[in-house]
Amino acid sequence: MLAYYLDLALRSLRRNKVLTTLMVLALALGIGATITTLTVLRLLSGDPLPQKSAHLFYPQLDPNAKDGYIAGQTKPAPTMTYVDAMNLLHEHRATRQAAMALSQAKILPEQGGKHPFFSDAVMTTADFFAMFDAPFQYGGGWTAADDDSGAQLVVIASFLNDKLFGGANSVGRTIRLNDRDFRIVGVLKPWAPQPRFYAQDLGGRSYGDGDAAFLPLRTARAIDMGPQDTECYAAVTDIKHLETAPCMWLGVWVELADDAAVAGYRSFLSGYAQQQIAQGRFERPETALPDLMGWLRDQQVVPDDVRLQAGLAFGFLLICVVNTVGLLLAKCLRRSQEIGVRRALGATRREIFTQFMVEAAIVGMAGGVLGLLFAELGLLGIRHQPAEYASLAHLDLGMFFFTFVVALAASLIAGILPAWRACVLAPAPQLKAA
Amino acid sequence: MDILPILSTLRRHKVTALLVILEVALTCAIVCNAVFLVSQRLQRMDMPSGVAEHELVQVQAVGIGKQVNGKARAQEDLAQLRQIPGVTGVALVNQVPFTNSSWNSSIKLDPTQKQATLNATTYFGENLLQTFGTKLLEGRYFNADDYLEFDEVQRDQKLRPQVVVITRELGQRLWPGVSALGKTIYMGEDPVRVVGVVDGLIRPSLFNGDASAQWTIVFPLRMSASSANRYVLRTAPGERERVIAAAVAKLKAVDSRRVIIDKKTLDEIRREFFQNDRSMAGLLVGVCIALLAVTALGIVGLGSFWVAQRRRSIGVRRALGATRRNILNYFQTENFLLATIGIALGMVLTYGINLFLMLHYELPRLPAIYFPVGAVVLWLIGQLAVLGPAMRAAAVPPVVATRSV
Repeated sequence: MLAYYLDLALRSLRRNKVLTTLMVLALALGIGATITTLTVLRLLSGDPLPQKSAHLFYPQLDPNAKDGYIAGQTKPAPTMTYVDAMNLLHEHRATRQAAMALSQAKILPEQGGKHPFFSDAVMTTADFFAMFDAPFQYGGGWTAADDDSGAQLVVIASFLNDKLFGGANSVGRTIRLNDRDFRIVGVLKPWAPQPRFYAQDLGGRSYGDGDAAFLPLRTARAIDMGPQDTECYAAVTDIKHLETAPCMWLGVWVELADDAAVAGYRSFLSGYAQQQIAQGRFERPETALPDLMGWLRDQQVVPDDVRLQAGLAFGFLLICVVNTVGLLLAKCLRRSQEIGVRRALGATRREIFTQFMVEAAIVGMAGGVLGLLFAELGLLGIRHQPAEYASLAHLDLGMFFFTFVVALAASLIAGILPAWRACVLAPAPQLKAA
Repeated sequence: MDILPILSTLRRHKVTALLVILEVALTCAIVCNAVFLVSQRLQRMDMPSGVAEHELVQVQAVGIGKQVNGKARAQEDLAQLRQIPGVTGVALVNQVPFTNSSWNSSIKLDPTQKQATLNATTYFGENLLQTFGTKLLEGRYFNADDYLEFDEVQRDQKLRPQVVVITRELGQRLWPGVSALGKTIYMGEDPVRVVGVVDGLIRPSLFNGDASAQWTIVFPLRMSASSANRYVLRTAPGERERVIAAAVAKLKAVDSRRVIIDKKTLDEIRREFFQNDRSMAGLLVGVCIALLAVTALGIVGLGSFWVAQRRRSIGVRRALGATRRNILNYFQTENFLLATIGIALGMVLTYGINLFLMLHYELPRLPAIYFPVGAVVLWLIGQLAVLGPAMRAAAVPPVVATRSV
């Protein structure tokens, strides 16, 4: 039976090529726009560490002065001072904990004649790699003892390893970094979580390539590497010694295994704030401990423009669906006589309804295929944009199938009204009119 | 014009009529808001910088190793750059408009204030204002004896600049209605006196929102090669590419081991800065055109079927004495009626979407002019789209009435 409906539908669609093309084209445009924007939106609002994100938390304190503080409304500061970060780290209240800041590293290739270049670097502490599941290709991270001793060690990204050592195992070799020799202890596999959650509010971009080099925080500071972003809350006399200055420039992440640990850390954090108030260092008691996805939401990491575009695309699709309803309806009204004849020859309402739905579905599938093409074109356009997430805009398998789900859903929704109108048509007047 | 027969026909085709109305309404709502968004983007891209944009180039050079005598190096660099033919101004500065990297400071009007009045950007560099080509409105630029060495100020807390030049907008924000000339601003505890007001000098980064784009203070501080790396050169617009190449060559000649990390005209820097706005505007324009086209084609499609379906009744009307013009007018009026209802509905929707955008995206209110203009555009599109089917209807010969009855 379905084969017969298919045949009928194809005949009907062929009879009116211009109209069919119009319906398919409009639907395809709407679907293409929707899939393009949804792909970007999904990419940008995705979970950077799906296997770990529920256990990662971002403690926040507030060393700002009391002025302007409204209890319950003022959010704690997004970054931390060195003193607070180190106090939290040294308490070891979480399974793992690390402090970090972003910096720039000037890297001088070993081979003579090559020019030095600047790369993104992270100054951090030992737990960074294990906590964020950063995968190693060669070697491993450094130890807490290396953190304390300020050892000149570095972990490099795979792309830097490719560039400097042609991808060979470079563990144990040295690289010249900001005019100092650093010994490589580990080489990461390609690793670039999207969004770059650990760089939020540290002055880095939110998407794009991973960082090139990871250095122990104390070592990096000892050679005057500065953070990308510094926020001071009191008059600063000596900006060079950020460790003692009233400035916030570090992000701290902690790994907590279960709800009990989270609750425990929360009370530890507010206890810490109270203790600092008692000591006269703090004036505000506010603390926060969002999990990774909560932190990204707080940070509104997805650009407004992207959300706006997705909304616009949905509006577009809606208009295209309304348009398709109108055209399908017009078409089915035109075929009243044919329907009358089919009903008179014994077709049930259900059969007429199915026949028209099949026709709508064919339009939908054609719209989906063409829409996929438009989406690929749209994503190609986005990849040529200067946005930091540009290179990531690709259609994955999920979105590929989702395209057809959207196309079918849109066309079937569009087809319901015309198909229903067709099946409730009384056959007798139509036959008489003919 | 006979509206009543049209209305009674439409009553018999409620669903189809409703679909046209709905399509027009949705299109009206989305297109009005999208065009408004485009205008906002275009306006933002036109943001004045206050500098001689078409005459400036920036070369950023970073030395390798510790810079032992940054002051001497900077003087040597600047002397070399000044020798390039066609260069009318050279400055070593801490920041450049539209580069998204900025130095900022909180300022107070009273040293006892606990909360800062506002956050302004701070430009440093000898001859910065002259090189940038800002427009002096009141007072003066810096004298030679106003200048201090930035590196020394960093080391010695007793050395502090005494005077600053600010923008007109910052002056009006701090002291509304009066001249800022001679007034005192506090940087922390340290007072500085305003000796000049320029028409404008944009912040390098708009991280605090566009409203504070012109909150700028310029200090008489001389940068050294160890504290700054942005060399700004001013030249005739046609000479810029040549000057960039010459400047790179000169800087390399002074120190062959330094890295040139950026070399661009300010026009290029500005273009990159507003790239997102430009592509968003382009995308919105594309969507608007596609939407209007889909709506128009939808009306053409529905109109054609409508005409085909009523061929016989049109024939009857023609046989009973209706002229071709009557038939044409009939379909045009019908479309006008549907479009009007759609537009009315669309206006309400437009307003609703605008309210939503104001709430969630900090967009201003839609100017009233969008409503009449949007209505006229949609009416025109409706009339254009229905013209084809209506002409086909008008061409139906009266003899059709006698057939197949």
